[in-house]
Amino acid sequence: MKNLTKTLAMGASALAFSASMALAGGHSTTVCLITKTDTNPFFVKMKEGATAKAEELGMTLKAYAGKIDGDHESQVQAIETCIADGAKGILITASDTAAIVEPLKQARDAGLLVIALDTPLDPIDAADATFATDNFLAGLLIGQWAKATLGDAAADARIATLDLAISQPTVDVLRNQGFLQGFGIDLADPGKIGDETDPRIVGSDVTAGNEEGGRRAMENLLAKDSTINVVHTINEPAAAGAYEALKAIGRENDVLIVSVDGGCPGVQNVKDGVIGATSQQYPLLMASLGVEAVKAWADNGVKPEPTEGKNFFDTGVALVTDKPAEGVESISVEEGMNLCWG
Amino acid sequence: MSETTPRGQEYEQVLSGASQTVAQFDDHKKGFVSRLQHFLHSNPSMVPLIVLVISTLGLGLYIDWEPIKVMTGMARLEDVNNGSFRFFAPFTLSLILQQVQIVGVLALAQTLIILTAGIDLSVGAIAVLCSVIMGKLTFDYGLPPFFSILLGLAFGTGIGAVSGYLVSRVKLPPFIVTLGMWQIVLAANYLYSANETIRSQDIEASAPLLQFLGTSFAFGSAKITLGVVAMLVLALILAYALRSTAWGRHVYAVGDDPEAAELAGVDVHKTLMSVYMLAGFICAFTAWVMIGRFGSVSPSASTGVLGNIQSITAVVIGGISLFGGRGSILGALFGALIVGVFELGLRMAGADSQWTYLLIGFLIIAAVSVDQWIRKVSG
Repeated sequence: MKNLTKTLAMGASALAFSASMALAGGHSTTVCLITKTDTNPFFVKMKEGATAKAEELGMTLKAYAGKIDGDHESQVQAIETCIADGAKGILITASDTAAIVEPLKQARDAGLLVIALDTPLDPIDAADATFATDNFLAGLLIGQWAKATLGDAAADARIATLDLAISQPTVDVLRNQGFLQGFGIDLADPGKIGDETDPRIVGSDVTAGNEEGGRRAMENLLAKDSTINVVHTINEPAAAGAYEALKAIGRENDVLIVSVDGGCPGVQNVKDGVIGATSQQYPLLMASLGVEAVKAWADNGVKPEPTEGKNFFDTGVALVTDKPAEGVESISVEEGMNLCWG
Repeated sequence: MSETTPRGQEYEQVLSGASQTVAQFDDHKKGFVSRLQHFLHSNPSMVPLIVLVISTLGLGLYIDWEPIKVMTGMARLEDVNNGSFRFFAPFTLSLILQQVQIVGVLALAQTLIILTAGIDLSVGAIAVLCSVIMGKLTFDYGLPPFFSILLGLAFGTGIGAVSGYLVSRVKLPPFIVTLGMWQIVLAANYLYSANETIRSQDIEASAPLLQFLGTSFAFGSAKITLGVVAMLVLALILAYALRSTAWGRHVYAVGDDPEAAELAGVDVHKTLMSVYMLAGFICAFTAWVMIGRFGSVSPSASTGVLGNIQSITAVVIGGISLFGGRGSILGALFGALIVGVFELGLRMAGADSQWTYLLIGFLIIAAVSVDQWIRKVSG
């Protein structure tokens, strides 16, 4: 009996405590950040940027993440939590860009501002705004750079593309097709990887965006054709894996590897000559701009506008290389190092 | 007594008319199928070996059909698009070995656990975490790589010891213990590493010992890395230990029937502990193999998430019974190679990689069906 009283008392005080917490939280605007995972340095950096900006503006940031990439259910739960929590806005990098639309519609109906970060939703106008890297442009820049660097040899290039996943997510397609366009290859369907008929393309394989996959994919393609001399990679870890595969057969110095992302190890790899050039994106900026947009929405009811000529707000991309090519704008590795994330 | 002697032993007289064969096992004389069943029962790694040979030959014939035609005089070199061997090339065949080395070594650990009728879902995660530990100890804490590797190996063995204790003393099902351990270890890996890669170039410059197992030897155009050699040597050592040492027989006995083993004087707890610790050690060793292969320390390596399923697949295709107590560890190696041959072969043949998974799915079910059939061996 005594124990029961004690338990009840503890329960009551816990309730009182959480109620006071909720009241304290009620004074500031809450913004939710929902990422694909909370382990990828890209999202870690995004969370850092959002947290810092929220603190600066006196807002409360609540971060949620899927357990693994592709974990749709956890994201839906997070959206429901945010609505129930009375948040003013949701910043989300969606795992399933089409399926997430319905739960996000509920959030918008409940008066929340929904901003897609990094990954556009399907359809893109399912979010109030999209703050993202122009992934096609990111691909285009490295494609143009590779073509200009090879010069006349570009006409006989042997190209391999190391992509992300078999399901061909949007970012994968945009980077791949941007690269091919930049290199001067006819895309056929720009929404599809692998339907090009240009004989310079040896083939493509998927990497899961890590070193392990990058090495395996490069090996597979080298087994198909050992004369490959231009390699497009979905991101820098995949590029590092591809480099190891090339090194194993002594070809690391006569193959041009290009990539996208701009993480610190990746930029360092550009410096060391592992990667020829990489397109750098800015997750920190995406997140802090997103938090500012939610603040503006909460205070004045103003929604952010997309960049002129695009259906999303472009947070910028820059080509990082120490071997600038004529006609392709780029920044040096040193500048890239100052801006890198992860 | 004496009366009967001159008349001879009458009852013996019928002997000539009776069957004179000595006691023997029944021979069901079911012919080829029965003999095959017996043969496979006593040589459990033969099924995967046969599948390996057939799939290698089949894929090779398909991919290299043109050069084969040229070689056998069925076509002239000018008439074909490609006159040189691609699949049956030393480069390709040695590449398959390199590509399976991680799963191959993990499958050895998985085999040990499965032989005790357990299952280990944490193998890949342990390997990735241990590789991160080896890298972090060297780069963040400035330990000489030699000691980082030793500590990494010790850490893996320690995780194995915890799982082993929970299985053998606390009597939790291995599936549950390692399911939990998988999540714990993988999350710890992501948290501890912040998912940041340690670059190959940095390792090469200041701690090349970490990449030691990536050292390769060329035999013509074939390339064999120390990691591959280590996988083969480890498999042979374990095969010997399981077949010819008391410890090995105890492992089989515990897997077959722990109570009977206990009654026969086998220390079940000690055997289980040794198996889980050895498996943990092998997973940590895989960490070293991984660094050798990737060059870098990569916390996001797919092995962390997929290593368990890949190794179980290799073990099952390798003909090792999930019910414990039966199978040869070399089978697991063949199982891993079969998957490797299909992955690279189908890719070279130009098939969508989903076909690989589809085929491997069939292989898994077929392998277990064959296992069930062999288990029914009679006489």
